[in-house]
Amino acid sequence: MADEPNGTPNGSSGTSVPFWRDVRVLAIVSQFVFLAIVLLIGSYLLNNLITNMETKGFAPHLGWLDLRAGYTISESVISYTPDDTYARALLVGLLNTLMVSVVGIFLATVIGLIVGIARLSTNWLVSKIALAYVELFRNTPVLVQLLVIYFVVFLQMPKVKESIELPLDMYLSQRGFVMPRPEVAPDGAIWFVFVIIGIAAAGTLWFLAGRREAAGQPTHGLRWFAFAAALGLPILGWFLIPGGPLEFENPELGAFNLQGGLRFTPEFLALTVTLALFTAAFIAEIIRGGIQSVGKGQLEAARTIGLTEGEVLRLVILPQALRVIIPPLTSQYLNLIKNSSLAFAVGYADVFNVSRTVSEQTGQPVAVIIIVMAVYLIISLITSVIMNFYNRAVQIHER
Amino acid sequence: MVCGVNGGLPGMSVLNEATGQFEGMDADYCRAIAAAVLGDPDAVQYAPLTADQRATAIQGGEVDVIFRNTTNTLSRDSAWGDFGPTIFYDGQGMMVPAALGVSTLEELAGATICVTSGTTTELNLTDQMAFRGIEFTPVVAAEIDTVYGTYAEGRCDAVTSDKSQLLGRRTALANPADHIILDVTMSKEPLAPVVATGDNQWADIVTWVVNATIEAEEQGITDENVGDFAGSDNPAVQRLLGETGDLGAALGLSNDFVVDVVSAVGNYGQIWDRAFGPDSPLALSREGTLNALWTDGGLMYSPPFR
Repeated sequence: MADEPNGTPNGSSGTSVPFWRDVRVLAIVSQFVFLAIVLLIGSYLLNNLITNMETKGFAPHLGWLDLRAGYTISESVISYTPDDTYARALLVGLLNTLMVSVVGIFLATVIGLIVGIARLSTNWLVSKIALAYVELFRNTPVLVQLLVIYFVVFLQMPKVKESIELPLDMYLSQRGFVMPRPEVAPDGAIWFVFVIIGIAAAGTLWFLAGRREAAGQPTHGLRWFAFAAALGLPILGWFLIPGGPLEFENPELGAFNLQGGLRFTPEFLALTVTLALFTAAFIAEIIRGGIQSVGKGQLEAARTIGLTEGEVLRLVILPQALRVIIPPLTSQYLNLIKNSSLAFAVGYADVFNVSRTVSEQTGQPVAVIIIVMAVYLIISLITSVIMNFYNRAVQIHER
Repeated sequence: MVCGVNGGLPGMSVLNEATGQFEGMDADYCRAIAAAVLGDPDAVQYAPLTADQRATAIQGGEVDVIFRNTTNTLSRDSAWGDFGPTIFYDGQGMMVPAALGVSTLEELAGATICVTSGTTTELNLTDQMAFRGIEFTPVVAAEIDTVYGTYAEGRCDAVTSDKSQLLGRRTALANPADHIILDVTMSKEPLAPVVATGDNQWADIVTWVVNATIEAEEQGITDENVGDFAGSDNPAVQRLLGETGDLGAALGLSNDFVVDVVSAVGNYGQIWDRAFGPDSPLALSREGTLNALWTDGGLMYSPPFR
């Protein structure tokens, strides 16, 4: 094709540029070259690993998953005996990790919220105590905190036979915290119907209140009725069912330990409390930053148009603060989940700790570590997805 | 030479804070191998390992040999690497505070028991208690200091491990006399070195350095008198010390490697006495145990040097 001397030199229709100098071609080609190099190096390393392990007779495989594990695990939310398989042992570990993570995230959020608001308090003492808390927990290693809380706090509790007796048959000792174990009574299932109806009624009332509010009509205390329904119906049901819906198995002192009841080991408590306190220090700063990001002018404007303090918080500050808070909060939740692998330091049977024994016994460290990494990856990704949905819900919806 | 050790176990391998050296039977064997191979017993780099790090450390070539109070079992021999000769015949025991007033395993029904993760003891405990129908709650930790630390704090009613380890760690407790080791042996625990699979010459060297210390004791050769045996009339001693034949060369070592080994760490009996003997903190008697020489009714027996 003939070149036109007056054509634009770099125009899209220009054919004067050979393909090896065309930026669009180069961009695509360079990406492919880069990808090819990464794949080559990756497959070389993987091939190297597998070939070497095969020569030594350690090629990774998964045949051990349904073999008998043969060892005991200190605590488990599902039934587990040494006759169960390695797969079940890993599942027990996974559930223990989830338990620490869920309880830890809940506690960290509550403590972080309180401390974050306290940091902004006009009361000098309150804000300084909150500041000291944040700086102390943010600036010391979490492993050190864990060992201190385990050895200096939980293991220094009274011996099991001198347990601190709390009300309602609860006991606290260096063997952990024991409370009555609730079990559903024979005709206790009806109670859950009351609970479900209560929650449904509360949800409906809350929704109606929102509709009236949006339309500018008075809510007539509908939100209070919602609370009353959520709490009142379950309480009503509790007393209507003869003997109550739940039965409690009370702990009793045996030869060595408190037998029966619902038990939380000092390892679980130490790990959960440490992770909650450590992460809460970061969450507190995130929440403080989020609240402070809302301009002072908006506060003043909101008060000027006659909103109450509660409405200012609910309608003006929170919707804007949440946009700033959610993304970094997600990272903190993910940190907490991953930090829970420090469980091995105090002997809590989380997925990583269990996997160490599994890999030692099966002689399959590569296969086991890949499974463990996949487990953490999946938990983290699920958490991210949930938080991202929530984040999208609180972002500005442009019309 | 990188030698995987326990590092926190009196009698086997523990850091002497005064000298900065690791001491104990395992540590001595690391030095013996270095003396045989490199001619210098101090050419050892110690790598303290937890129980559940051992398999990866030896498979990945992170350490050359493991002397870490490791029990020889079939599954480990096939999955980890190759085991050398047993250097200590041990058995699993149970330590309890004397104040508990317990003398049999059956009396421990319902108790909480501390144990190290990734060990044969963890498995034996489960098997033995299930076999005897005894319910118990385990508290499993990876670090040996955590296991005995939690036991000392009273988190557990008892702690279980190899008897040599219980004796060793008892010396490190606040009041050793307040703790007793029950008169039960729950398992066979032959403690032996491990090397990676695939290097037969290296496995042979480790095996025969251990055998050399046992043979030297049988022949009465110690680190002090090894020089006097030069020119001995006994053909077995001549072969052992490399004055005749070329046994050392067959392993790729110098012919007098046994002289280097014995000069560095002494014979098996001397190693044992330094680690566990009456003058050590553990103060054990070797007589009548499985660790005595075969000539004294024990199991310590070296195949012939010829």
